[in-house]
Amino acid sequence: MTVIDHTSAEFDDPERIGLDRRLRELEAHAIFVIREVAAECERPVLLFSGGKDSVVMLHLAKKAFEPGVIPFPVMHVDTGHNFPEVIEFRDHLVEQMGVRLVVASVQDAIDEGRVPDPGPTGSRNRLQTQPLLHEIAKHKFDAAFGGARRDEDKARAKERILSFRDMFGQWDPKNQRPELWRYYNPRIRTGEHLRAFPLSDWTELDIWRYIAVNDIELPAMYYAHEREVVERDGMFLATSDVTPPLPGETPFVTTVRYRTVGDMTCTGAVRSDARTPLEVLTEIEQSRITERGATRADDKFSEAAMEDRKREGYF
Amino acid sequence: MELLRFATAGSVDDGKSTLIGRLLHDTKALFDDVIDAVAATTARRGGEGLDLALVTDGLRAEREQGITIDVAYRYFSTPLRSFVIADTPGHVQYTRNMVTGASTSDVAVILVDARHGLREQSRRHAALSALLGIQHLVLAVNKMDLVDWSEARFEEIRDEFAGFAEQLQVPVVTAIPLCALDGGNVVDPSPHTPWYQGPTLLEHLETLDIPTHDHDALRLPVQVVIKPAVGSGAGPTGERRWYAGSLAGGVPAIGDEIVVLPSGTRSRIAAVEGNAPAVRVQLEHELDVSRGDVIASADDAPLTVPQLTARVAWMGEKPLRSGHHVLVKHGTRTVKAVATILHDRLDVTTLEHEQGVDELALNEIGTVTFITAQSLPVDDYATNRTTGSFIVIDEVTNGTVGAGMVALEAVPA
Repeated sequence: MTVIDHTSAEFDDPERIGLDRRLRELEAHAIFVIREVAAECERPVLLFSGGKDSVVMLHLAKKAFEPGVIPFPVMHVDTGHNFPEVIEFRDHLVEQMGVRLVVASVQDAIDEGRVPDPGPTGSRNRLQTQPLLHEIAKHKFDAAFGGARRDEDKARAKERILSFRDMFGQWDPKNQRPELWRYYNPRIRTGEHLRAFPLSDWTELDIWRYIAVNDIELPAMYYAHEREVVERDGMFLATSDVTPPLPGETPFVTTVRYRTVGDMTCTGAVRSDARTPLEVLTEIEQSRITERGATRADDKFSEAAMEDRKREGYF
Repeated sequence: MELLRFATAGSVDDGKSTLIGRLLHDTKALFDDVIDAVAATTARRGGEGLDLALVTDGLRAEREQGITIDVAYRYFSTPLRSFVIADTPGHVQYTRNMVTGASTSDVAVILVDARHGLREQSRRHAALSALLGIQHLVLAVNKMDLVDWSEARFEEIRDEFAGFAEQLQVPVVTAIPLCALDGGNVVDPSPHTPWYQGPTLLEHLETLDIPTHDHDALRLPVQVVIKPAVGSGAGPTGERRWYAGSLAGGVPAIGDEIVVLPSGTRSRIAAVEGNAPAVRVQLEHELDVSRGDVIASADDAPLTVPQLTARVAWMGEKPLRSGHHVLVKHGTRTVKAVATILHDRLDVTTLEHEQGVDELALNEIGTVTFITAQSLPVDDYATNRTTGSFIVIDEVTNGTVGAGMVALEAVPA
């Protein structure tokens, strides 16, 4: 009988926090993809949320062009319902990296009537697609780097590294370009664009191992802290102006951390005491729930929630 | 930790989705919320327990039609290794997806139903894997429970496959009797096969030697030329340009004699930085080096050729005919090219080469010569999977329509 125990001694091996063969290969491949897209596309942009995957992306972009400068701007799709500390972190990192920041604002899209107003406390998650595509068209971006990983969701498991989007920003999963060896085909016509996913083959654990090895700074909410929350649909939601307690819910203060960073209205926290990347690693290795399942209400609607959003042009 | 990439080939009828679901489930790679969702869907469809095939079928159309359409990538790890599965569809109309999955894999697991034995598609999968340079095939003989775990039946299938693999010149072939439905010999040994002394599928994948495709001679296709940022504290060689790329062979060291191709200019490596294979180098001389050039060992350089002869797996809806203008992307260079000669077409089930062909249709494989607008530095595919391969792009649709494997020995008459 082969016993597979993720908490066994093998996983406590110091090698897990070194740049081992797997991590080195993943890093090299991501850098390869970033360089290919930057070299072949006219106007790439890196989608940057301040979340851990996009922070790792920005570090990889820096590595790809050292000792030169990152040759593209970053874009944040701002739902207007972000955690304030994430916005602060975003501005700090953008300044430190010396990149230009473009903001695609969901609030502007609502104000200009480009998307329906979901009301003061409604989820703005799905509304991000319109402003994203709007800014891509406005700035004539022909490639957008994203930090999506194939292990996040089953629709994403079918995603290409370099994924074609038509004039309307749509993804057609049944008609994707074959990707052979390490060859990526970035050719498109005017008005079409590409999404590039250099972290496709990384898992949540790889991201955290990379963060630990390279001592990469993240928004503090990724680590355990005290926060006032309510319990809703099995998740802890931070109380705020846009997420007030519902009738019958009693806010309480507990020690939590976030596994993903998204819109405040749909991103939940998990109970945790992990205060360092290594403690987070240990916690994830023992976790039995995917990060999206644990903390994202947006993926709980239907079996094909992500596929449907991706077809429309979502991240 | 080591990373093993393997492709799985077979159809849903052979139990491929169930096998992958079983591997993920029994290695505890499935999280509780995923298991709950699979259990709920199984129950909604009137089933009991967990229908493990549901774990892998991601797209709405796949669930509706009960087939796998596209390559899906899955990840799991054990204390010994981490794995990437390229899950490829079995039907002939998705041959291009099989080729895609195999192109990045070290090993191919070919699945057959013990009741049916080898079928045309099993032969096709084995032949495509061999063509793509996979050195290690695993024959997973599934549904052994439906042939009463018969040793004789297993041996019959194993021997037939061994004969075919020998024709393909695949050096390592392993056959494993298993049952994805009950999990026997997938992760844990089956109590029904006392006659089988070999490893379970997972044990085999955890311990087989990972083939290296590393080529000793330096090959660095230049991706980007980097000028140091102003005020970056440049050292003695700091103002010099860096040539960045991913190593396709060898490891550069300071002082190594190199040649820049296709120009043929020589220099030496002055500096190397980065974690291999993603590196950047500086040269001793200021040369005109740009994206698309290949920096190679001076004493073991690729052959710079004005035309390419290659085995081509055609993936375009429109057939390839001689006289067709296309784009060829080789390494980091994209050039215009024209197909001049179609030498033959390969029947992947009989392995016969059909001569005198006038086109290669979708999912067909043949030997083709292209004249390229610029000479390209190539190696034989058997020697180097990067400098020995290229893709064909349609100039009008921009689609990727072909996969080429350079065959230096197949020089056109």
